[in-house]
Amino acid sequence: MSQLLFFTLSAMTILSALVVVFTRKPMYSVLSLIVCFFTIAGHYILLNAQFLAITHVIVYAGAIMVLFLFTVMLLNLNADSDVPKSGKLRIAATITAGMLFITLLASIKSTTLGEFAFPPASDKGLVQHVGQQLFTDYLLPFEISSILFLSAMIGAVVLAKKEKH
Amino acid sequence: MEQAAHLVPLNWYLFLSTFLFCIGVMGVLFRRNAIIILMCIELMLNSVNLLLVAFSAYSGNSDGQVFVFFIMVVAAAEVAVGLALLISIYRNIGSTDIDVLNKLKW
Repeated sequence: MSQLLFFTLSAMTILSALVVVFTRKPMYSVLSLIVCFFTIAGHYILLNAQFLAITHVIVYAGAIMVLFLFTVMLLNLNADSDVPKSGKLRIAATITAGMLFITLLASIKSTTLGEFAFPPASDKGLVQHVGQQLFTDYLLPFEISSILFLSAMIGAVVLAKKEKH
Repeated sequence: MEQAAHLVPLNWYLFLSTFLFCIGVMGVLFRRNAIIILMCIELMLNSVNLLLVAFSAYSGNSDGQVFVFFIMVVAAAEVAVGLALLISIYRNIGSTDIDVLNKLKW
């Protein structure tokens, strides 16, 4: 049952990722990336990481993809504005990515993973456990990330603001 | 749910995230539109996140999930600044084609 779920989710993830890369219209790319992120959230639920699944949906589908959508609409991008790369470069890109895939596969093959036993009653991915760890062991990075967000927010406003001449 | 996750081997997650990462790399090399390239970078970040969560769940240790949380934080900040840069570039040049942005190339 879970293998079936895994295969369904994986097929959807890979298909939507391929659509992101190969479709001509930027709007379709954004929409299929949203589908891809939802299937990855499904993978998180399958792995019993509920906190991350919720966070993933909120942050990616709720914030990041809305930003992308607004940018695509703001810049008025469509298929005509997108000139594809020349044939040689496209073939080179495909070969490079394929080579990378083969290299990574070979390194996976030559690695012995050891025995990972799934613990019988795992509540590690639940909100309670992750939250407790976030506010005890990782409190300092958590607070520093708020400063990072503040600087990113100010930086985005300064960069995207119209300059006065 | 624990039993369900037990049935999927960890190797499958390795293959899936490797494939996703390579699709992202291919998109970065394949496309000229800078917004699509940013989206492909998000794809690569997500493949790594998926692998971290898989390892963390299979080893019964939630440190990896906290790291994934921080990666999401940094990705959100990166996208906000990157899209602001793109809008400012578009305002000055009138396109988001990376082949037009070659002033710093040589």
